[in-house]
Amino acid sequence: MRVYVMQNSPAANARSPIYLDYSATTPVDPRVAEKMISYLTEHFGNPASRSHEYGWKAEQAVEEAREQVAALVQADSKEIIWTSGATESNNLAIKGAAHFHRAKGRHLITVKTEHKSVLDTMRELEREEFEVTYLNPDPDGLIDPDMFAAALRPDTVLASAMLVNNEIGVIQDIAALGAMCRANGTLLHVDAAQATGKCVIDLEKTPVDLMSFSAHKTYGPKGIGALYVRRKPRVRIEAQIHGGGHESGMRSGTLPTHQIVGMGEAFRIAREEMTLENARIKRLRNRLLDGVRDLEEVYINGSMEQRVAHNLNLSFNYIEGESLMMAMKDLAVSSGSACTSASLEPSYVLRALGRPDQLAHSSIRFTLGRYTTEQDIDYAVALIREKIQKLRDLSPLWDMYKAGIDLDSVQWAAH
Amino acid sequence: MAYSDKLIDHYENPRNVGSFDADDGNVGTGMIGAPACGDVMRLQIKVDAEGRIEEARFKTYGCGSAIASSSLVTEWVKGKTLSEALEIKNSAIAEELALPPVKIHCSVLAEGAIRAAVDNYLAKQKSAEESSQAGKSAA
Repeated sequence: MRVYVMQNSPAANARSPIYLDYSATTPVDPRVAEKMISYLTEHFGNPASRSHEYGWKAEQAVEEAREQVAALVQADSKEIIWTSGATESNNLAIKGAAHFHRAKGRHLITVKTEHKSVLDTMRELEREEFEVTYLNPDPDGLIDPDMFAAALRPDTVLASAMLVNNEIGVIQDIAALGAMCRANGTLLHVDAAQATGKCVIDLEKTPVDLMSFSAHKTYGPKGIGALYVRRKPRVRIEAQIHGGGHESGMRSGTLPTHQIVGMGEAFRIAREEMTLENARIKRLRNRLLDGVRDLEEVYINGSMEQRVAHNLNLSFNYIEGESLMMAMKDLAVSSGSACTSASLEPSYVLRALGRPDQLAHSSIRFTLGRYTTEQDIDYAVALIREKIQKLRDLSPLWDMYKAGIDLDSVQWAAH
Repeated sequence: MAYSDKLIDHYENPRNVGSFDADDGNVGTGMIGAPACGDVMRLQIKVDAEGRIEEARFKTYGCGSAIASSSLVTEWVKGKTLSEALEIKNSAIAEELALPPVKIHCSVLAEGAIRAAVDNYLAKQKSAEESSQAGKSAA
């Protein structure tokens, strides 16, 4: 057995900021990294090589990992297709289903708060003369079931909704959406990249036809993901990548054994530990919220009731998000502020919730995870409080708010 | 984003933060930007009897580059005449702070804030003159 030493927490190194950006990516769990190594060096065979032991060994590892991924979501391992990640899974599911069923209908439904890999795929299908309905969520980020039902048409071939939102962490009621889709003869695709290990997924009971997964949001490696394709009733999709007929012809390309083994191990750990882990993380998340909620003009973005334990998305009014992140450089967090994006547009997710741009610019996403400690949270709370004060002292908007001026009544000299 | 040491210094230790009485006849106040755009700068100048800017103050809501640009400008306008202050170009601000391309608009905003503060001061002077002349003719 190889000894593999790794620092348990990325924050253990005093010079590194405290990592509170687990929804961007997670560190690979040392147990996962340990298991992956031998499949790079010793058991390096191509799982498609049927003629010798190297291939058999690799194939065996791939199939074991497939079982582990399936087990986390109560699926059959035959329903799991390996991909390069959730972006590819979303592309394959949406384009694959739309293309296969194009003779039946050309209408698709999705939600404005979906990940770009869903929204941009939908835009691409619009160029192929599909028609897409983009639903607005409620102000708390949840889909109104009546609005969803009203959007379904006889020619709706596919709907796509995410289980857990990456920015605000809200959990959609996909069982309800799935039942409506079934009744209408519409396929339901669910992006579950942010959901694995965070909320219970039971595909035996939940009427979902296609579901996307990613390894690196759940302590596995980057560059590997999976797509669940239901077999009963059988869901048909058209392949997007052609080659050797791997993965039942749905996704060709040599399987990256070490990545797959890593994803399997990561999902095994998630299944075994998620109940305890989520309870611990929820206590920490609530500690973070309790530490700042008495501050004036702090707003929570998204429902707190239907939300994963890991996520807290707050807007600190009258402070711009990027400057707050700069002030809190000892914390690794992300913001919905335009200044942090290449597009110079504030978060489209917060906009879709109907949040004013000013609050979108002021938003910070804190996402906690496996290695977050109570000390991390206490440090973060103290730092946030100090820097909020400093930046509000610098803010002309805070002055005006304190002077009782209604900012909406001001004629701004926009540039 | 990687920022220059100068920018970070101005951001972490902003110069001349604060306010003057906006009703003071020797003070010019310029406010530019909009909350929805993510930046609002308020620059104030105090002008002495010789027409020189003796002091400047700012408050800024915006990203680190916006705060640093306004802090820098308060230092640069000090001691300058109004017309000298108006010669400060956004490109000089951007160069001094090594602003990344996506942050150039912060220096544009800072240049605009100088103009707005000077305009406000001149408008005040003009109306003060007019009202004193109006007072004279009435007498």
